[in-house]
Amino acid sequence: MPETIAFSGHVKHVSVLDEEGNADASLEPTLSQEELVRRYVIMSTTRAFDRKAVSLQRQGRSFTYTPFEGQEAIQVTAARLLDPKDWAFPSYRESAFYLARGAPMSMLFTYLKGHEDGMAIPDKTNDFPLSIPVGSQIAHAPGAAYANKLLKNGKIAIAFFGDGASSQGDFHEALNFSGIYKLPVVFICTNNQYAISTPRMMQTASETIAQRAMGYGIHGVQADGMDPLAMEHVLSEAFDRARKGEGPTLVEAIAYRFGPHSTADDPKKYREDAEADPWRKLDWAVRYRKYLERKGLWNNDVQAKLDAAIVTEVEAAVAKAEEFKDSPSQMFDFVYPQMTAELQRQKAEFSEVYGL
Amino acid sequence: MTLMTTIQAINAGLHQEMGRDGTVIALGEDIGHEGGVFRATDGLQAKFGKERVIDTPLAEENIIATSIGMAAAGLRPVPEIQFSGFVGVAHNHIVNHCARLYYRSRGKTKMPITIRTPSGGGIRALEHHCECIEATYAHVPGLKVVCPSNPYDAKGLLASAIRGDCTTLFEEPTRLYRSIKAEVPDEEYTVPIGVANVVQQGDKVTLVSWGPQMKQTLDAAEKAKEHGILCEVIDLRTISPLDETDEVVKSVRKTGRLVVVQEAPKSFGVAAEVIARVNERAFDSLQAAPMRVCGWDTQLPLGTNEDFFIPDIKRILTAVQKSAGY
Ligand SMILES: Cc1ncc(C[n+]2csc(CCOP(=O)(O)OP(=O)(O)O)c2C)c(N)n1
Repeated sequence: MPETIAFSGHVKHVSVLDEEGNADASLEPTLSQEELVRRYVIMSTTRAFDRKAVSLQRQGRSFTYTPFEGQEAIQVTAARLLDPKDWAFPSYRESAFYLARGAPMSMLFTYLKGHEDGMAIPDKTNDFPLSIPVGSQIAHAPGAAYANKLLKNGKIAIAFFGDGASSQGDFHEALNFSGIYKLPVVFICTNNQYAISTPRMMQTASETIAQRAMGYGIHGVQADGMDPLAMEHVLSEAFDRARKGEGPTLVEAIAYRFGPHSTADDPKKYREDAEADPWRKLDWAVRYRKYLERKGLWNNDVQAKLDAAIVTEVEAAVAKAEEFKDSPSQMFDFVYPQMTAELQRQKAEFSEVYGL
Repeated sequence: MTLMTTIQAINAGLHQEMGRDGTVIALGEDIGHEGGVFRATDGLQAKFGKERVIDTPLAEENIIATSIGMAAAGLRPVPEIQFSGFVGVAHNHIVNHCARLYYRSRGKTKMPITIRTPSGGGIRALEHHCECIEATYAHVPGLKVVCPSNPYDAKGLLASAIRGDCTTLFEEPTRLYRSIKAEVPDEEYTVPIGVANVVQQGDKVTLVSWGPQMKQTLDAAEKAKEHGILCEVIDLRTISPLDETDEVVKSVRKTGRLVVVQEAPKSFGVAAEVIARVNERAFDSLQAAPMRVCGWDTQLPLGTNEDFFIPDIKRILTAVQKSAGY
């Protein structure tokens, strides 16, 4: 018998904006002017939050933080495309997503200042708390998607994770399960080039992460994750597929982690500062702003007003978080829905020891 | 002798063991070029090359599973799990294979794997970065669990673990990585696994701890001295096998009193095991009910309230006074 081809495949890459902020006419999404501006405002706000969170840690006013600068377009676009009751499973680097979903900024600062109350799931959403065990949250999304399908509630589930997380078994198992049951789920991999110090090429010999979808019989696509319009294009398509029952999608969003892995990390140990230069040109704050300016939707005056408004918003959120107080004895409260007898004894002992 | 921090002693121990035995290899996330997130493996890759110091993909289950194959085929892997909360990702391989292959192969397959991981709270880190997991793995027959509390023991116990013939979970006390210094011999030496260390002689109360909690325990013993209570302080150093030379039992026969200090949540922990063994072996010497001072049965709080979880000097001292006053 002659050899035949049992399988062959390819992966699309989607990029809409060029460095000058010109959009490819065939791919340009149709968003209202108001929404186009809204996204710029949200991304700008999240970036200000991000920089503030880093600086608070540097000043010893809050604890370890994992900054997302460079990844705003992915997170904010996803948040804008979700319905409030869709399910999201974010990682520790998805604070911008949380903010764009409507979580109060002060709540995130409260978390970073080391208070559990800052982890409460934001009102009106089903989003999980930011997940720290790398990759674990990927495998929760198919479960929620399965439940949504069974309950016929029309909701979808999405999971965020990094290039490093794609090496975990959870990633592969999640894709596999969702492929078999054609689940309404979207996997959003932010390939920000690094997992702490480990460069993307050391995670897998595969040329792209998107192509790994093929091994599980699901749809895979790669996009420019620093281009809000490319993200709109691929995420709206993927979310629609999920909503229509056409099955899961793996989206690989290419970006650059401008900051350190976390405030405890020193990137100088493993990369040159200059490496970021070409990526800066792709930043939404440059490219997308040019796009809005070309459309007559943005100018220096509005930018100045926005900058001032954001400073006020961020400072108010920090002030609110700094006022937050809790009793250390709250650590006993959410262990079980009903406190066990032993925990009640321990809580009483705690109060006796510390007078709290 | 060189004055070293705990992390420097661990680093020196790794250099020494890799230098003396070409089958010792290190693997883990960010351990090579980066030298590990805490720098425990600093300089190893430059010295021993990329083949022996392996930057792995981000997959703990695979790090341990790969180590199992390597160990069976003649290497001595020293995998690093970046934080204790992620050892659980590899739980299946540790419990179902590392611990059992010797038994299942009727002694033909040894598993000389030293799983290094930072452990313990007090560093204001994120969730899952601070757990004390010794009880979980000490509960598994076939595994050894080691918890050094100082630079000297860390280097000597690491050498014993790496040269040993079974899988050892080597828990490094994160908050003591850089906060304490001690004289450490430059030459090779080993500290035997399974042997507790009587750190301070005393006659009134036997005070037992291990790992990062030794610091508070010794400080509390100092305070107790000011109150006229001389504690016999014992550093377990190894959790499993536990106190093979009966230091705790011998001590309780002398003092009649026992207080065990454990950072992990109270219930089902190592302290319970230490107390149970004393009950079994030295009940007739007891003059007071053995006590334990532990973390609470809850999650270690985030940075702000973390210190209310970790047993502090005040709680330890109160227990010591109560025990002495029986
Ligand atoms: C299971 C697990 N292993 C290790 C870590 C420590 N760690 C935190 S983030 C990280 C790198 C993750 O890289 P990637 O998935 O690419 O996401 P990014 O951090 O770049 O957003 C590592 C190793 C962890 N949190 N969880």
